[in-house]
Order: sequence, then structure tokens, then C-alpha cells
Amino acid sequence: MRTVAVVGASLAGLRSVEELRSQGFDGRIVVVGEEPHAPYDRPPLSKAFLLGAQTAADLTLSDEDFGAEWRLGVRASRLDPSTGSVLLSTGEVVRADGVVIATGGRPRTVPGTASLRGVHTLRTLYDAVVLQGELVPGARVVVVGAGWIGAEVASTCRALGLDVTVVEAAAIPMERFLGPVLGALCADLHTDHGVDLRLGVGVESFAHNGKRVTGVVLRDGTHLPADVVVAGIGMEPATDWLAGSGLAVDNGVLCDHGCVTSIPSVVAVGDVARYRHGGRHVRHEHWTNASEQPVVAVRNLLAGTSAETYRPSGYVWSDQYGVRLQLAGETGGADEVVVVDGSPDDRRFAAEFRRAGHPVGVLAMNDAKLFGRLRRGLTAVS
Amino acid sequence: MITACAVDDLPVGESVVVTGDVAIAVFNADGEFYAIDDTCTHQDASLSEGWLEGCLVECPLHAASFDLRTGLPTCLPAKRAVRTYPVVVRDGVIYVDTGGQEAVA
Repeated sequence: MRTVAVVGASLAGLRSVEELRSQGFDGRIVVVGEEPHAPYDRPPLSKAFLLGAQTAADLTLSDEDFGAEWRLGVRASRLDPSTGSVLLSTGEVVRADGVVIATGGRPRTVPGTASLRGVHTLRTLYDAVVLQGELVPGARVVVVGAGWIGAEVASTCRALGLDVTVVEAAAIPMERFLGPVLGALCADLHTDHGVDLRLGVGVESFAHNGKRVTGVVLRDGTHLPADVVVAGIGMEPATDWLAGSGLAVDNGVLCDHGCVTSIPSVVAVGDVARYRHGGRHVRHEHWTNASEQPVVAVRNLLAGTSAETYRPSGYVWSDQYGVRLQLAGETGGADEVVVVDGSPDDRRFAAEFRRAGHPVGVLAMNDAKLFGRLRRGLTAVS
Repeated sequence: MITACAVDDLPVGESVVVTGDVAIAVFNADGEFYAIDDTCTHQDASLSEGWLEGCLVECPLHAASFDLRTGLPTCLPAKRAVRTYPVVVRDGVIYVDTGGQEAVA
């Protein structure tokens, strides 16, 4: 293998470059990144960066270029595996005998709001800068979606002293991962800190003055005045550029157990990769997955075969309202949740998710040390 | 020098945080004592709560790993080293040498 094209220059792309070099690949690497920035860390965008406690320079992920050619501010517009070529938006054609797809995704937007100012999503540094500019004193913020991003944005907005309403269509936030009891506990974090939390009700429409959003109308008829709306309602994998490539795409790039696509010289990593795990295809939208998957994907790319299986740690963290939440394993597969340390009432505890008596997942709140031990004792569900 | 704790209070594999000008984590790695800055250079997390394996401590938040002997990170996401401090054991007590600002009798 002489040339590897890494398409995507966020964490998964950078980690792929790093793994290529550390696993001994000394050929040409071309990295294509749609954003104009060198790889940066996204998690602070909803937290310290949005708060103003970190600058863009603080987010830089690496000071090295790994002897790669970085095409930043450039999109990949087509992949032709038969000739091993990646067509770029600049017209350049990169000939590569190996391709790493690390294009991540785009935030899901609320239909009909594209032209409405004041309605935001948050994924990129640009998104964060634009949002930050609107979080001025007195701004009334409505967050749609009480998942991780929504919760963190709400927390940051409260820290900035803003009035915040969180709207969540589900009766309990993140119940699928946390279960009803701990999901409800996470909801309590919002109300503990003065957020007006509206659960079990969806958004009907947005009120506006022709240019800017002025409010959010809920399905129950409630009108919430709003100067800023942030939608944290998930993401879509960025696969449009793969049309006509012959790769199987279905809610992500379909891969085998080792992140190898139907073409052995093409692997996928990070948010965009939907790989085979436990008899089905799964996709993760988390930092740790984007950091860990390239180890296996690159090994299999260089080996020319899916020799190694990717085993997800399922690790997620979130900082909200001064509380550190950590989650690992496959909590969705549990039939029992047991608090093994501390107390949820004190906002400091660790809980084990068990299946047939075996620990399969762990959630900790302000209990990092024990969390580290418990997660190492988890049993894989599948 | 600042006092960390009694040797008996820091068994193998354990850690303690002491406060000088900054928080310092003291580890017992297989019988050897090491002191480093407690705060990860990547993001705000306490390394004393990390996972200790040999002479490496893994940050509890993002799995950045630091060598206790040198303070150097061994992998991303950390890029900068944590400071290391000499550790002195005298009469069954562990002290951290922070450069002499806070003398201990």
C-alpha cells in the first residue's frame, strides 16, 4: 500500500493518521477535511468553549502533522473504489490504494427552520461561535432535545445566567440507555438548576417575525417565548458523497466486525461507521469510539483483511451543572440496575447495569475512581 | 515540602491528593511513591482518580495516559506533560517537594 486517503479530519480521521504511522505505514497519507481547521476537540464546544472558558486554540488535538498532506477546507465529493480515486471539491483527484472514511455526520435540523435566524444546531466550531454570539445577557433560550448535547448546552446557558427551557418529546430523557430511574435523575439535574423542563411534549411549530425565531409552540398548545433555540435532536451520518461508490450505505457506511467495508481497501471509523456487532449493525456517536475504532480499522486496512474485531467500550461522559456523568458498556441490555456506591440523592453514586446477574454497564455521577474500576469488570452482552 | 500522608495510609495502587499551589496527586505504584500534578493537561479531571497500571496512570475521563516517572503523556488526547515532584519518605511519612515554598518542620 502506497497511498492512503483519510476522508474526514476530526478525531477519527486524526486518530487514523496517527495509527497508520504508529503501525508502520510510511507511505503517502492525504487527509481531506471539510472544515478549514486542523483537527480539534468537539466535546468542549457545548461546555467550556461555549461558556467562554476555552479558546479555539485550546481545542487543538495534535501539534503534529504526521508527515501527511492535509487538504483542509476541502470536501470529498466522490469515491470510486474501482480506480482507487477520491474526487475533491477543488477538482483534485487523489489516487489511493487505501481509504479511511471518517466523515462523521451532520446535526439533524428541525424542518422549516433553515432560513430562520436564532435556531441553532451544535456540532462544529463554527456552530459554537455563532451560538455563543447569541447567548447575550437576557436572552431566553429554548433547548429542543434533552440528550447529551441538549443537556450540556442547557447547563452552559444556565451558567451564563440565562433563562432556559428544555423541551423533550420523551417522558424520560435517555431512558433507553439509562433506564427509567436514572433517566429521571438526569432530568432532575435540569430542574435542580432552575431549568424549566417540559417532558413528554413535542414541538409543534416555531413562532417568528419573518427573520428571527420569537418562540416555540408545543404540541400541547404552550407558547414559549424564545430568542435562541438550540436543537439537539441527533445527527445523520455524512454519506451523501458515497453515492455511486458501490459501498453499502444504510444509516452509515456498512462494515464488517473489523470496520472493513464491502471493499477490503476501504474502512470506516467514527460516527459514520455502522459495523457488525453481535449479529446486527451498530453505529456510535461518541468521542471514545472515534478515538478507539481507528486502531482496529487501520490494522485491518493494512492487513488487507478483517483480521481483528472491534470491541466497543461504550464509554460516554458528560459534564452538566457541575456534575460529571460517566457511562460505559451496554446499559440498554440490562434487566437490573443496582446502585453500588453513594446515593443518587447526593448526586454522587455509581450504578451497575446487570443482565442475568452479570454487570454489562455502569453509570457514575461524580464517582470517577470507582467508575474506572467497575467498567473494567464489565461483561460483553454479545 | 508539603506533607502528603503516612506511608501506612497509602497502600499499593492507591493515591491521595495534596494541595500546594496546585493540587498534587501522590501515587503508590507497586511500592514506589510518585507525585505529579493532579489535573490532567487535556481537560479538567483528577488524575488521582485514574487507573494505575505499573508506572502509568490513565486519566479517568478520556484515557490520556501519563508516565508517573516523567510526567509525559503516552497517548492522545493529552499533549502536554504534567509536572512531577520529588517525593521524600521520612519517619513513615510521605512528603512532596514542591520547591520549598511551604516548609514543613
